[in-house]
Amino acid sequence: MSELNLEIDGRAVAVPPGATVMDAAVKLGIYVPHFCYHRKLSIAANCRMCLVEVERAPKPLPACATPATDGMKVRTNSAGAKSAQQGVMEFLLINHPLDCPICDQGGECQLQDLAVGYGKSASRFEEDKRVVPAKDIGPLVAAEEMSRCIQCTRCVRFGQEIAGVMELGMIHRGEHAEIVAFVGRTVDSELSGNMIDLCPVGALTSKPFRFAARTWELARRKSISPHCGLGSNLVVQVKQNRVKRVLPLENEAVNECWLSDKDRYSYEALESGERLTRPMLKDHGQWREVDWPQALERVAAELTKAAGSVGILATPHSTLEELYLAGRLAQALGGSADFRLRQSDFSGDAKRGGIPWLGMPVANLDGLDRVLVVGSFLRKDHPLLAQRLRQAAKRGCRVNVLHSVDDDWLMPIANRKIVPPSELLEALRGVNGTPIGESLRSGRNVAVLLGNFAQQHPQAAQLQAAAQALGYPIGFLGEAANSVGGYLAGLPVGGNAASALGHKALVLLNAEPELDCADPQTAGQALERAQFVVALGAFRPARDGADVLLPIAPFAETAGTFVSTEGRIQSFHPAVRPAGDARPAWKVLRVLGNLAGVAGFDYETLEQVREACLRGKDLAALLSNRIDLAASPAAPAPQGLQRIAEVPIHFADALVRRAPSLQKTRDAQPPRAWMNARLMQQLGVSAGQPVLIRQGSGEARLAAALDDRLPEGCVRVPAAHASTAGLGAMFGTLGVQAVAVGKAA
Amino acid sequence: MLDYGPDAILMAGLDGANWRLADYEKRGGYEALRKLLADQVPPERVIAEVKKSALRGRGGAGFPTGLKWSFMPRQFPGAKYMVCNSDEGEPGTCKDRDLLRYNPHSVIEGMIIAGYATGSTAGYNYIHGEIWALYEQFEEAIEEARRAGYLGRDILGSAFSFEVYAHPGFGAYICGEETGLLESIEGKKGQPRFKPPFPASFGLYGKPTTVNNTETFAAVPWIMRHGGDAFLNLGRPNNGGTKLFSVTGHVARPGNYEVRLGTPFARLLEMAGGTRAGKRLKAVIPGGSSMPVLPADVMLATDMDYDSIAKAGSMLGSGAVIVMDETTCMVRALERLSYFYFEESCGQCTPCREGTGWLYRVVHRIETGRGRAEDLALLDNVSDNIAGRTICALGDAAALPVKSFLKHFRHEFEHHIEHRSCLVSGPDSEPKWGRAGAHLPPAMARAA
Ligand SMILES: Cc1cc2nc3c(=O)[nH]c(=O)nc-3n(C[C@H](O)[C@H](O)[C@H](O)COP(=O)(O)O)c2cc1C
Ligand code: SF4
Ligand code: FES
Repeated sequence: MSELNLEIDGRAVAVPPGATVMDAAVKLGIYVPHFCYHRKLSIAANCRMCLVEVERAPKPLPACATPATDGMKVRTNSAGAKSAQQGVMEFLLINHPLDCPICDQGGECQLQDLAVGYGKSASRFEEDKRVVPAKDIGPLVAAEEMSRCIQCTRCVRFGQEIAGVMELGMIHRGEHAEIVAFVGRTVDSELSGNMIDLCPVGALTSKPFRFAARTWELARRKSISPHCGLGSNLVVQVKQNRVKRVLPLENEAVNECWLSDKDRYSYEALESGERLTRPMLKDHGQWREVDWPQALERVAAELTKAAGSVGILATPHSTLEELYLAGRLAQALGGSADFRLRQSDFSGDAKRGGIPWLGMPVANLDGLDRVLVVGSFLRKDHPLLAQRLRQAAKRGCRVNVLHSVDDDWLMPIANRKIVPPSELLEALRGVNGTPIGESLRSGRNVAVLLGNFAQQHPQAAQLQAAAQALGYPIGFLGEAANSVGGYLAGLPVGGNAASALGHKALVLLNAEPELDCADPQTAGQALERAQFVVALGAFRPARDGADVLLPIAPFAETAGTFVSTEGRIQSFHPAVRPAGDARPAWKVLRVLGNLAGVAGFDYETLEQVREACLRGKDLAALLSNRIDLAASPAAPAPQGLQRIAEVPIHFADALVRRAPSLQKTRDAQPPRAWMNARLMQQLGVSAGQPVLIRQGSGEARLAAALDDRLPEGCVRVPAAHASTAGLGAMFGTLGVQAVAVGKAA
Repeated sequence: MLDYGPDAILMAGLDGANWRLADYEKRGGYEALRKLLADQVPPERVIAEVKKSALRGRGGAGFPTGLKWSFMPRQFPGAKYMVCNSDEGEPGTCKDRDLLRYNPHSVIEGMIIAGYATGSTAGYNYIHGEIWALYEQFEEAIEEARRAGYLGRDILGSAFSFEVYAHPGFGAYICGEETGLLESIEGKKGQPRFKPPFPASFGLYGKPTTVNNTETFAAVPWIMRHGGDAFLNLGRPNNGGTKLFSVTGHVARPGNYEVRLGTPFARLLEMAGGTRAGKRLKAVIPGGSSMPVLPADVMLATDMDYDSIAKAGSMLGSGAVIVMDETTCMVRALERLSYFYFEESCGQCTPCREGTGWLYRVVHRIETGRGRAEDLALLDNVSDNIAGRTICALGDAAALPVKSFLKHFRHEFEHHIEHRSCLVSGPDSEPKWGRAGAHLPPAMARAA
């Protein structure tokens, strides 16, 4: 269809059919005042701030909702339009508290800003103002000042349309209308913080940030999220060397204008009381603080002593530069280094065509019309990738799921197949001919995406090969900020995450083995066995397995580079100085290299490290999801109950584990042992009852919980939590036993 | 026999009990439908006939019904709907209730014919919750029609299938607004939609939909039986047929009267027994509380049809004629009306949500002796800032009465402000229902 030609404020513009007057104005760069309109949300047309004059229309029309038509003549600032806009502004203000100086939103309030342009200096409203009661909707979003709400319903529409769940709604009519959460509930979406950004006034604000600073006091520093593989772009807001708030930095190709709550609130951990701020040595079982030279010399000596058998375990949340130096150090000292701590199958290591990645730009997810997601706790592992697929599903993309649990992704699922972990591979191999296969076959833009669970699976390489064999483009949903970057840094070196544990000296980089490794038990045993363990971390470890602790600067305190799951190389600067004596890990690793006499380790700047790491590498050419692997027979069905272990969203890394507000959310509730009804009956346990989980040499006491969508013979027991850290492998079998109620623990 | 006046056609031959199918058929009911189907009259011919009749929507806006039906897309695959608006929330209006109570099959037959003319697959009748017994009775009537083969698949052996369902409302005025009504049927909060798109292209469940008032549908069988010309000739050009008027207020015999459009107001007033003994007529709201009030002399020189009342400066609306005699304090009357719109605003759009409360509070202040000299200009201006700037017409409905009361009875408001007392004193000025706002929530009542 041909474009529509119209005129706004005397300037000609052409827009495609279906565009609104607002779209046309935006195209011309003409600002039409608005509150309820948001380009990512449906049109509500309720605030009426965007009223404009349209030639031959008897009344002013809302620009946001009025379709552009050919030959239309619009005036956004004629006397008529202005008077309509001013009238609306007066209405918005009559019941709005005019106490900007004590409002948390002051200085960054759309209502305040527009009132300057469209409001009067005095009010004609002399009646009492409306009072709307405060609400408690959870630990992240403050709804303390609902009298400030202007009923634009952006928050409501965000829930319905973007988060996929309507957790806020408007009850009552007219002046009594109020935004509320469902009776007695909180707002639990993993994307809830975006409502704060969307709220044009001070009604919904950030609970942790409230009254902590004024917007104009804050320095804005760009950064990159250290959490999931998406690499969300951040604005870190700083006052007096303290991170006060994190906001999204708009990047349509990555996080759009959104952030997951994890990305938004994990900064709170920077001020955790568990921060490690001084190097520490263990002498005869006693910890004492030492200065850096002393600690480094000790570490260098021990590593030199163990030369030939140094294992470095880094989390994939470490920066590219850190991982690069870790790899070089392992190479030089002799040993191995890896970042894939939660993975357990490395049989594909020599068989892969390149670095596993998303297989396409993130933005291309929008255009898929068929997708199969294999082994992923998508919503919690990749909140914003899930959001992309949710929007795609809305546009008709058929989302198929093959997994061991059937969690609600808050989007229509075309077909789902839920099987025990041991049957995942066979199920994937047999997809063709099933409804999932049929669904994929009917698509034109198809992808098979392998999630964290598939990557952590003991037959991960075979799963990759099976996915490849389906004949569609495949992609990996990268677990962490540097799941691609780790490979680019040259890791693994000299083995893999499992074999690295066998070395005499162990270096832990950001890692808490009992929480970050595929099998906490073997990791724990390795730590005990090792002659020497040094932990480079930002926090005091919960478990005392090291001989030396070196405080390093985490996210926001250090510079570095993450390579996202789509292969986007994103470098960032520190937003604040490190806490206490903490140092950037790349510097620590460099000095260790120097002290251990490693040649060519004389980097003076981070840029030099990055340069050395990337020199001669063409990332685009390195990315490949190809695998040349003969299909092996599926593993025999294991005896006993199979464990299904996810990494709960707010326990995935050391930072988020210590973010206090996130730890108060529903997502951070202690793990439970989920079973289906039949298993519960077999075991004679009921929901809520304590059960004893035994795996290997360890046990955990959890509350039983019912999830009847779980496959037969499986118990869902999350990993990465203190309460389950004594258990064994994330994939494996375990025993469950009812604990007699009343019996002492 | 129920007496709606000598010219009644919709309400003729009713005795209060003869609402059932057999009675309706005895009065010639469903003949029109039978003939249409037997003769396989093309749907366009039905629409043409309705156009010729100059039937205008009885729900408020007086939009030509035939024209509205012609907006329904002909070639549309899938469901299309006819929706009957029996929400009847407009203060003063109580005619649809009588129609449903005494002659429900006329509405059902009208809906079926409309469905036939527009190629619709189903009809919904949205009946306000305050008349629950009539909702149940309507369900019974539908069942009778279904059993007789007037509803369902292949009606009377023709190729036309159509269903009718009843749907109860729960007492929100805004659910009478046609798109709020559609939302409500869909199970959502009754909030009007922004138009465009209009229901004819995106209506109930996103399908092409026509919403008509109960009385509009009830007139259709008569038109098809007697012809569009006959209906037109009952009224005036562009104002075809008879109309039910709900005459309330200070008259001797309040009630529903069916008269030909174009009947002089004086005649209608006479049918309702005239004003109460010894009292002079002061003002009339001729079309339901949302329409501008007119002074007695203007009304007494006006005929009751859409165009004449428009010329006189008001609107025929839903046909609720609210009669006020000299004992009425116009300030208090407006206070009452403004309170209604304040309480019934759905609250989604700013000018209505904020403006209706403002209007009410200012009028309330004036009525209670706390008015200020600048209040009248303020009321005028706030009304202007509401009217024409809202999502639905409730905003206009709240603004128009204020403007008209001020226009015609400004001196009463000025008197209240200046003298802190009422120009019209008398025992009758205390309304039966007490003071508006008496049942505000505690916090607000304190403020008021
Ligand atoms: C606030 C508001 C309330 C309304 N209430 C009713 C009602 O109770 N009954 C009705 O028939 N129309 C009502 N209408 C008018 C309807 O929106 C619609 O115009 C009408 O049902 C169309 O039917 P008609 O063409 O047969 O008149 C209302 C309109 C507004 C703005
Ligand atoms: S005008 Fe009033 S009733 Fe109509 S949509 Fe707006 S707020 Fe709701
Ligand atoms: S921005 Fe258009 S009505 Fe709110």
